[in-house]
Amino acid sequence: MRRLIQAAIPLIVTVTAAVGAPIAYQLPPQTATLAPGPNHDDVMANCGACHSADYITTQPRTFPDPKAFWTAEVAKMQKAYGAPIDDAAVPKIVEYLASTYGR
Amino acid sequence: MARLGRRLVLQGLALAGAASAHAETVTLPFENGERPLVKYPQKRPLIGLTSRPPQLETPFAVFNEGVITPNDAFFVRYHLAAIPVDSLDPDTFTLAVKGAVRTALTLNLAQLKALPNVELVAVNQCSGNSRGFFEPRVAGGQSGNGAMGNARWRGVALKTVLDHAGVQASAVQVRFDGMDGPVMDTTPDFAKALDIDHARDGEVMLAWSMNGTDLPVLNGYPLRLIVPGYYGTYWVKHLNEITVLEHPLANFWMATAYRIPDNECACVPPGAPAGKTKPIGRYDIRSFITSLSDGAKVGADRPIAIKGIAFDGGSGIKEVELSIDAGKTWITTALGDDLGKYSFRSWTAQTPLPPGTHALKVRAISNAGETQPMQPRWNPAGYMRNVVETVTVTAA
Repeated sequence: MRRLIQAAIPLIVTVTAAVGAPIAYQLPPQTATLAPGPNHDDVMANCGACHSADYITTQPRTFPDPKAFWTAEVAKMQKAYGAPIDDAAVPKIVEYLASTYGR
Repeated sequence: MARLGRRLVLQGLALAGAASAHAETVTLPFENGERPLVKYPQKRPLIGLTSRPPQLETPFAVFNEGVITPNDAFFVRYHLAAIPVDSLDPDTFTLAVKGAVRTALTLNLAQLKALPNVELVAVNQCSGNSRGFFEPRVAGGQSGNGAMGNARWRGVALKTVLDHAGVQASAVQVRFDGMDGPVMDTTPDFAKALDIDHARDGEVMLAWSMNGTDLPVLNGYPLRLIVPGYYGTYWVKHLNEITVLEHPLANFWMATAYRIPDNECACVPPGAPAGKTKPIGRYDIRSFITSLSDGAKVGADRPIAIKGIAFDGGSGIKEVELSIDAGKTWITTALGDDLGKYSFRSWTAQTPLPPGTHALKVRAISNAGETQPMQPRWNPAGYMRNVVETVTVTAA
């Protein structure tokens, strides 16, 4: 796995527009956050490296079975997207998501 | 990913990022549809779906400004968060062409631009445009109708580049990889493929220019693939690697994602599994009213000018019809300038509305005879929505 560098500030782009240099582009800071809830830290530790919180918070909340929905989503992250999530963390993450972003 | 040298600085703690000052928001007309309006460099304020990687939607009112979508309003969609904004150097950028070719090539931008140029107006639409309207709802990017745009692209035909390299007889597909990629090496890199005949049709293009200027960074600077009439998933951004393949590409992005039910309507009964699938392909036909939004109030009994846009997967728009009585009767509209069979086509109509509330509906008919369904089709991935759209207005 590629080494991850944790930083408290967003993706940094320090470049100039001069000829012979990369173009300047700075992404704005991300602002979406996850609501408090059970196992919040497990979600933070396992989801945040690859995507921002709004991937979670913008999903529909009207599913008849939020637990089934979020179980499938976490499984997709693990199996299809190769997220290195410990099997032991999966039920905790699902509990947080289903109780916080269910109905 | 096919990457140039790239520093990767991740914002791993960002899920807990400090809550920001309250941004202006818009609410898309479905459950949990509130979104911030966000400002990125080179872009006007757009509807923010996600920030890492960025997914930005065009506010629908933009489509009433004209049939060409301005670069600063054009939607943005990435899959994976290692996006190359810190390594986009036009002077060192190169495109590699390799695989089953006689001569592997490495071309810089100047060399590409020196090849015969082509220009084409074409719609780029996300496969999941309008996913938020699916009922029952489905997982994925919850877009309104603004994950689409129409631009004039300039570049070189992919066929020209492939002919320079000399495609071998064993070729079956061409793989396209850009400089964006996954955060984790265990995540499948985003790469797509087209069949060799499609890749050599003379229309598929490597574009460096959009509406007369360089591609915006978030739309694939300095080079992207243009696949006219095909969903945006194939329009690989920051394109720097083309590989001619002797076997079909079977990665996650071709074999698992972006697949539709393998039947005429690309649909299944709402809630049902997809069954047998095939890769998503051409756009189905769509049309929109752009000059009136839902809930608008207009004057009664005097002619109202109504206008909008229509497009399809490449046969071109033959006719657009408007109904002011919820689909019981239809009137023919006047089509605007023809910018080509892959472009938005504008339409206008003039009609008085009696006092009261009216469900205005619009439907297009293509040169190939395709039209839009009155009831929405459904598939589990939320792709290809093209129901006849309805705008309800009150005349008084």
